[in-house]
Amino acid sequence: MIDLSNVSKTFTLHNQGSTVIDVLGNVSLHVAPGECVALTGASGAGKSTLMRMIYGNYMAQAGSIRVGGVDLVQAEPRDIIRIRLEVLGYVSQFLRVVPRVPTVDVVAEPLRAVGVSGDAAQQRARDFLAQLNIPERLWSLSPTTFSGGEQQRVNIARGFAHPYPAMLLDEPTASLDALNREIVLSMIEGAKTRGAAIVGIFHDDAARARVCDREIDVSRFTPARVA
Amino acid sequence: MTPLLSVQDITKRYGAQIGCADVSFDLYPGEVMGIVGESGSGKSTLLNCMAGHLVPDAGKVVFDTRGHGPRDTVTMSEPERRMLSRTDWAFVHQHARDGLRMGVSAGGNVGERLMAVGARHYGEIRGMAVDWLDRVEIAACRVDDRPTTFSGGMQQRLQIARNLVTGPRLVFMDEPTGGLDVSVQARLLDLLRGLVRDMGLSAIIVTHDLAVVRLLADRLMVMKDGHVVEAGLTDRVLDDPQHAYTQLLVSSVLQV
Amino acid sequence: MSDYNFAYLDEQTKRMIRRAILKGLAIPGYQVPFASREMPMPYGWGTGGVQVSAAVLTPDDRFKVIDQGADDTTNAVSIRSFFERTAGVATTTATTEATVIQTRHRIPEVPLAEGQILVYQVPIPEPLRFLEPRESETRKMHSLEEYGLMHVKLYEDISRHGHIATSYAYPVKVEARYVMDPSPIPKFDNPKLGGCPAIQLFGAGREQRIYALPPYTRVVSLDFEDHPFEATKADHPCGLCGADDSYLDEVIIDDTGGRMFVCSDTDYCETRQAAGHRGKDAA
Repeated sequence: MIDLSNVSKTFTLHNQGSTVIDVLGNVSLHVAPGECVALTGASGAGKSTLMRMIYGNYMAQAGSIRVGGVDLVQAEPRDIIRIRLEVLGYVSQFLRVVPRVPTVDVVAEPLRAVGVSGDAAQQRARDFLAQLNIPERLWSLSPTTFSGGEQQRVNIARGFAHPYPAMLLDEPTASLDALNREIVLSMIEGAKTRGAAIVGIFHDDAARARVCDREIDVSRFTPARVA
Repeated sequence: MTPLLSVQDITKRYGAQIGCADVSFDLYPGEVMGIVGESGSGKSTLLNCMAGHLVPDAGKVVFDTRGHGPRDTVTMSEPERRMLSRTDWAFVHQHARDGLRMGVSAGGNVGERLMAVGARHYGEIRGMAVDWLDRVEIAACRVDDRPTTFSGGMQQRLQIARNLVTGPRLVFMDEPTGGLDVSVQARLLDLLRGLVRDMGLSAIIVTHDLAVVRLLADRLMVMKDGHVVEAGLTDRVLDDPQHAYTQLLVSSVLQV
Repeated sequence: MSDYNFAYLDEQTKRMIRRAILKGLAIPGYQVPFASREMPMPYGWGTGGVQVSAAVLTPDDRFKVIDQGADDTTNAVSIRSFFERTAGVATTTATTEATVIQTRHRIPEVPLAEGQILVYQVPIPEPLRFLEPRESETRKMHSLEEYGLMHVKLYEDISRHGHIATSYAYPVKVEARYVMDPSPIPKFDNPKLGGCPAIQLFGAGREQRIYALPPYTRVVSLDFEDHPFEATKADHPCGLCGADDSYLDEVIIDDTGGRMFVCSDTDYCETRQAAGHRGKDAA
């Protein structure tokens, strides 16, 4: 479902003396349906960079990243958007929304985008918000003023409302209490059961051990630094 | 799939000055593309060339017409092009007063495009005007008021209603949120997002506001000195800019 | 005969105006630009109509002038004597006897016949002017038949007054092509524009435009399906001749609010009175 082959990434900072930073080289990774792979490695090793490349958010300098049969390195923007709408979900640590849009609409939006009717999308959004213990009185408010944990759960509801065949999870359980952590972990298990291919970053060792089938230490892709 | 709009090597000069040069891209149905760049980068020139307000010195603007498939709008006859611009195309001006008839009621403003394509039933025209005012969150009781009595944000929403009432397929927007209060901008952006999604609109939005394109545009084109220096998926261009100018542009935005 | 050239204008000028008239007749409703001359009267007093009349008059013509239907107002009398003096043509007040009729703001009640020419004085020939001030744009709208704006004006009327309140200079569409301003005639007269056996010529002196309706032209007043055009008049019979089918002027007759309605077409009214018809206010 998610296939990376010989992917490399460099950043060129044109406005800072054209410094070139090699971040990742020769990354190859295969994630099958129903499998959850954890990215590990020290901070700065490139876990988030790799994740963003798989999402098409960062540009790869070489190699191919195939998700649902499309090579995101070569694809046109509209193909990447289609893959994001239909195939590849992404739960980030940060919530980025249009100001003043009610929470329930924020969660329903990915469903609306794939053609689910307004009412059905809203109903499904409410179900997920309820599952994740977001108090009902908050549903009609914009999530921009919510606490960190609430925003995180809104993000998860938004990421899980549509059953994506492939998912990227960036610290999904950070800043959650034990009860909600448990709910999110079982959602991840549920996604695996229905056959989703998942790549995740988990700083929570117990969570990682519970839901992940394999770990990939990203440091091994770090190009040798020339001293 | 046939692109809705295929821009091919558009060049426009002002004497020795370059307005925009060799711009090419395809826009597909349902896509929203942003064009960013500083003042004088050629983004407005390009928009006006595409919308038929300026005649480019070279290049084609091929639009997939309903009746006759892809046609070069630069060389098509003026009646055809003007017909397009009041049916399948819409143009939202930065200043609402450029896009509205200030001496005509809100209902008349919305109804004009309908009457221009042959609507001759007052009751139906008025009904559609009220419906559209509602969709852009203007109270039905304001239907007979002139836009001069409206706030800036309302005028801009009225302009959008006036443009979208004939169900266009392509909307050109020139700094649609420019000059509005931040709180009014947010509401307008949310409205535009909903309309774009619900009507399956394609849009080209010229702006210098990166936050606007992040929220509205699927794709982004960055212009400098009349040339496209970088193009791609909006969040890719903004989060991982490749060109020196884009990096400067993105890093220059003040963080709130 | 005076020292003036026949009908005041020199022959070159008349030829130029005739060319404009012929072009106007060939393209009914289309505004033909022409090099309007200074006339010995102020703009607004019918300089356009006078130039058109001068160009079409022949020594054999019988000329009539009406101003809002009347033969005896200052404007009508002045223009009539102008052509008596400069062209030496015969004049008349009888609609049926006239071969050329110059008019300001009315069409005579008696149906016109073949061989007659009706010349209108036009202040503002452009029907789109009040909504679109740019001449370059209105010309383009005419050439591309973009007339949605005309209905916007009628829409505004209905939204403000509940009905189409435009009661004069009511826009028409000519031969399903050009939208035309019929000059400030009451909309009561609009139905007489279409299918008329006479030639109708429109002259705007200050605006330098001539347009025309050849005989039997199709002319339709613009309207909405649910607000159809209505030719309206004051709901009274004429106080002098009793006619109930003519356009009426309201005349205040004393300081206590007394008033009477009389035919605006003086020839029509007098002809009826001569035939023995009497209204309730007749002496």
